[in-house]
Amino acid sequence: MIDVKNLTKSFGSHVVLNNISQHIYPGEKVVVIGPSGSGKSTFLRCLNLLEEPTSGTITFDGVDITDPKVDINAVRRQMGMVFQHFNLFPNMNICDNITLAPVQTGLMKKDEAVEIAHALLKRVGLDDKADAYPAQLSGGQKQRIAIVRALAMKPKLMLFDEPTSALDPEMVGEVLNVMKQLADEGMTMVVVTHEMGFAREVGSRILFIDGGQVQEENSPEEFFSHPKNPRLQDFLSKVL
Amino acid sequence: MNVDQLYETLSQIPKTDLAMWQDVFLKFYRAWFAEDRWLNYFEGLVTTIEVTIIALIIGVVLGVLVAMIRTAHDQQRPGTHNFVLGFLNGISQVYVTIIRGTPMMVQLMIWGFVIFATSRNFTLVGALGLGVNSGAYVAEIIRGGLMSLDPGQMEAGRSLGLNYIQTMRFIVIPQAFKAILPSLGNEFIVLLKDTSLISVIAGKEIVYAARAIGARTYEYMFPFVITAIMYLIMVLIFSWLQGKLERRLRRSDRR
Repeated sequence: MIDVKNLTKSFGSHVVLNNISQHIYPGEKVVVIGPSGSGKSTFLRCLNLLEEPTSGTITFDGVDITDPKVDINAVRRQMGMVFQHFNLFPNMNICDNITLAPVQTGLMKKDEAVEIAHALLKRVGLDDKADAYPAQLSGGQKQRIAIVRALAMKPKLMLFDEPTSALDPEMVGEVLNVMKQLADEGMTMVVVTHEMGFAREVGSRILFIDGGQVQEENSPEEFFSHPKNPRLQDFLSKVL
Repeated sequence: MNVDQLYETLSQIPKTDLAMWQDVFLKFYRAWFAEDRWLNYFEGLVTTIEVTIIALIIGVVLGVLVAMIRTAHDQQRPGTHNFVLGFLNGISQVYVTIIRGTPMMVQLMIWGFVIFATSRNFTLVGALGLGVNSGAYVAEIIRGGLMSLDPGQMEAGRSLGLNYIQTMRFIVIPQAFKAILPSLGNEFIVLLKDTSLISVIAGKEIVYAARAIGARTYEYMFPFVITAIMYLIMVLIFSWLQGKLERRLRRSDRR
């Protein structure tokens, strides 16, 4: 689905991603973990070109999206993204937050979008908040709505950039549950997270990124029970 | 006894024999009632309001345009460089630098005595000069507002597949507008008060009227106090309207 070849990203002379090649298959749930500053968020943000790669190519459904001639907006419509800080639009109520993109990009008519918004909100248990503004919601509620907002575009793939890192501990569960549900429905997901329990339970493949490179990748069982890379062993001993 | 009769009576008395309040009354009468001079202030007031509105429109249009060009230029995808945008950005920077780097009054004199030296329409020239001046400040205020917004908002819009213009229009600008409203209001008050400067190029607004009346009566206190009060009332009305608008825009902040 996504093919990453020799991806390198540097900010000035600081190399954040060093020659990463990866392939993400349809239906996979790839969980990316690593210490802070390792480049895992940058890797994720390169996948929908929020960060412009310095070199290398990213191919999505056969289209090289790093080509400047590609309509990046059309590509992004097929990839949902959920941010650490939710990034809901505070000037709009929840319903408008969700329906803005589907309507403005011409994906659907307003009433169809509203219908879908309500259906998705029901699924995450927040249908009563449709007319509320983001400032009136808790962090967990905001993040569930951010997920709904991305889903309303009917994406083929969802990117999660530390979706639970900015939440109070008691709200982490409600967001992870929504993500688990989504995973069970077969959505292709790339998740950057510090939630090891989630990685073990939901991930189909786990990448450990450190120093701008994928140091180790494996199935969750192998990854957590038999880590080979010494840095990963060290990392896991600290977080588990 | 009405004011005219009172004036007639008092003006017969020699100046040295007048009580304090009588002297003040005479001065005020000459500055306001005599020869229907109060009409002159209001004619000036109308000009002031006209100039403010014209300058405001020019300032906002120029300001939005320049702010858009400069922000779009700064937010280009790294590596891409649009030549037209670069050129317009250069012009915008020169414009802002010149306007902010020179005094308002000097600019007005250049407009009035150099560029439009042959024009008799001082009011319009003044409005143009003020508008072009205000545009540079408005541009910087708007640009500051657009830049101060959390970049995550732009990223969220773009990640949903909206293009740059759509994200600006629906997400960034509405929020930036709310954030810059106080400084924008402040700039409009400055503009309103700066209209008094067009009297230096013979624009016939309130200060021009007040100076003419002072020159006729040899008494400047009341003409200028009246002028000050008129400006103050206009600014108070404007501040009140601005406060109302701000409260309306704050609806989405309620918890």
